[in-house]
This record gives sequence, C-alpha cells and structure tokens, in this order.
Amino acid sequence: MDNTDGKPIVEISGLNFWYGSKQALFDINLGIAPNRATAFIGPSGCGKSTLLRCLNRMNDLNDEQRIEGIITMHGVDIRAPEVDVIELRKRVGMVFQKSNPFPKSIFENVAYGLRIQGKNKKADLEERIEASLRRAALWEEVKDRLHDSALALSGGQQQRLCIARTIAVEPDVVLMDEPCSALDPTATAKIEELIQNLKKFYTIVIVTHNMQQATRCSDFTAFFYLGRLVEFDTTERIFTNPANKQTEDYITGRFG
Amino acid sequence: MELHFDQELAQLKERLLLMSSLTEQSVAQALKALVQRDDALAKKVDADDDALDRLQVEIDDRCIRLLALRQPLARDLRLITMAMKICTDMERIGDQASGIARRALELNSQPELKPLVDIPRMGEICQSMIRDVLDAFVYAKPELARQVIQRDEQVDHLNKQLQRELTSFMIEDPGTITRALVLMRVARNLERIGDHATNIAEEVVYLYEARDIRHQHADRP
Repeated sequence: MDNTDGKPIVEISGLNFWYGSKQALFDINLGIAPNRATAFIGPSGCGKSTLLRCLNRMNDLNDEQRIEGIITMHGVDIRAPEVDVIELRKRVGMVFQKSNPFPKSIFENVAYGLRIQGKNKKADLEERIEASLRRAALWEEVKDRLHDSALALSGGQQQRLCIARTIAVEPDVVLMDEPCSALDPTATAKIEELIQNLKKFYTIVIVTHNMQQATRCSDFTAFFYLGRLVEFDTTERIFTNPANKQTEDYITGRFG
Repeated sequence: MELHFDQELAQLKERLLLMSSLTEQSVAQALKALVQRDDALAKKVDADDDALDRLQVEIDDRCIRLLALRQPLARDLRLITMAMKICTDMERIGDQASGIARRALELNSQPELKPLVDIPRMGEICQSMIRDVLDAFVYAKPELARQVIQRDEQVDHLNKQLQRELTSFMIEDPGTITRALVLMRVARNLERIGDHATNIAEEVVYLYEARDIRHQHADRP
C-alpha cells in the first residue's frame, strides 16, 4: 500500500489557519485516502486537532478563526458558499474524546440524526439503528434494552454508541479526536478493532496521542509539529523507518 | 536529560560489545592453539565457550524485556531486534572457535601434516571481519560493514583452495587422510565464521540504514 493508493477523498492544499493573531497551521498539504484510516500524531498544540476540525468546519463555531487554502471533498471545495454546513457535517461525522451520548434512550441516540433528516418511519428507523449498532459492535450488548437510558452504559459502550450515532447517517468520513483517551484497555481494544472494520465502509481520520494506537489501527500517519506537517507516509514506514529526524525523535519518545 | 530507556539501550550495547570481544578472543586463541600446537590454550577456548552461551541468554532476555516493557519503535526497535540476531551470530562464531580448538587437540596428538599457511590467512581475514563489524556496530558505520561483506569472498575462496589442496594430499598419501580431514573441518569452521560475520554486517547495515541487504549477492556493493 502506498500514498497513491486510490484517489484521495479529501484533499488539503496550502492550508493556513489562525486563531486570532496566532497562526496554528502552516501551509498544510495532505490527501486522505478513501476507506483507509489516517492517523494524525504530534505533541499537544501541534495543530492536529485544529486540522481535524477544519475537515467538517467545526472551527466555524469559533469567531476568531481565519483560514486560507483549499480543502476539497470528492473534488468539491468544502468552504464554497453554496456548501451547506449541516450537510457537510452529515457526510463528515465526528467522534470526540469524551463520549457524549444525549440524555435519551440508546435507540433515540442513534435515531437522532435520522429524525433530523425527516426519517421517522418506525420500520426504517429500526433497521438503520440495528445496522448502525451492529457496525459499531454494540448490538449484542444492547439489543434487549434499546429503550434504556444511554447514560447507563459503560464508558466504552457509550463511545461505541457515539460511533453508532455518527455512522447512522451514513457519512463518507468519520473523524475521531482521541476516541480512546478516556477508556480502559479492553474498551480501547474494542474501538481499535472497530476502526479496522469500519474502514470497509468509511474513511477514518483519527487523532491520537498513543503511538501504539496509531500503529495498530491506521494505514497512513501524518506527524505534525508546531503547526507544520513534518512527515506523511504509510504507518509502517513512519514507525519503522521515518525519513525525518523530528518524527523519529517523537515516536521514540525523545521529545514532545 | 538522558532517558532511562537510553541508559538501558546503552547497557544492552555494552553487553553486546563484551560478547563480541570475547568472541574475537576465542577465535584468535583457537587459531593460536592450532598453529602453535598449544593444548592448554585449546582447552581454555573450549571451556570459555560457556561464558558466551551465558551472555547470549542474558542479552536475549534483556531484549525481550525491553520489547515488552518499552514497546520500541524505529531505530530503537531495530537496535533491539538486531541485538538479538547479532548475539546469536556471535554465539555461533564462539561454537566454531571451540570446534577449531577441539580439532587442534586432535591434530596436536599427531605429527604435523604440513606447515599451515592458508588456514592462518583465513583466520586473519575472519578476525579482521569480526573486528571491523564490531567497529561498524559501535561507531555506526554501515559502509565499514559493507566492506566486511565483500571480504567474505576471500574466505570462501581460500576455503575452496584448501579443500582442493587437502584432497590431493589424501590422494597422494592415504596416510594423511585422518589429518587432512581434520584440517578440512577447520577450514570449514573458518568459512562458517566468515558467514556469521557477514550476517552481523548485514544486521549492522539494517540497524543503521533500515535496509535489508540479505540475499542480494548479485548486486552487493
């Protein structure tokens, strides 16, 4: 597998980003391969989460932000005026560090996005919810208590529920911002396994501080430092023989 | 600030160095015992092999511990995995040296077949290979390791020459067969030492260049 494997689904070119007067990203150029997991790694404050949030325009919520450069998805500029942000975020779903189920039932959590889309027919909803929960490897654990509160689930189950909620609306890309940092090793292993399976259907971009996690579940890895993309290559190459000394120092724990 | 992990890696390198110097010494002493017909020295080489065996076990154990506890990546991963391979090759070189020492004891009990010329030459080349590959490892000089690989051809060539020469000895005078066969085995021991030094050289190139150059005889540098 190499960088040219498949035409990128998301292409980032010449991206610069500022929070107020502080520049957070410098001239980022990067292609995200479809149906692969791409990991963003780097020390805190390196810009990896900022870049992730650019991909579904989560940064729009920040008034102080300024952005230059182009991000395309399927060749379409996601910042073009005619692009509907709600539609974009449906196609580019996001899972956060801390699981954030709504204070509703398990069923209603997964149904939430579908209902917003006007899909209220019970049979359709049930089918989509079962499929999403199965893909999120949660179905077997919750099928008998779909109408119980989502807040009664364990942390790992809640995170898988959030993944099910994200994929229920059939996005193209799933962004994950440190999805396992609040989970124990068993729950982490389940999510990592899940990421491998989800690649069949979605393109995954994952921000992680855990090197082993990046090695276990990603195909490509991008290393960021001080707002710059230092190195981007196959995960295998980054973790066995990186081209850049900064990358090597970071992954071997010499700095950062 | 030096990391604890860096200290552990430095200790690992130190143990490998100790093992390499003992290996080099065994080869030198085995050859000396053979050429100078020194029984006492030959027995010492055979006895010293235990120390190498123990070091191999110890180094492997360190490596496995580091792999499990530190989950090394990139150059650290290469250092630890190659340390395991290098110490295996070193241990095998030690075995070949004690083989030579035991053969020296056999030969010393009989009259000299002929003055040894090619065997000491092979021995010198092998020792230089071990020395240089060790330097290549310690001083991070993969180019020196590549030179070691080239030198193995001389060892192979001398081995073939010796096999031919000793065969003709045996044809001419069947009374030499026992001794000639022992010498053939010594040449074979040295040829194996050259091969192990070559393996180590390839491991050193991999360690520093992350390039696997094994089994590429045609386009060797």
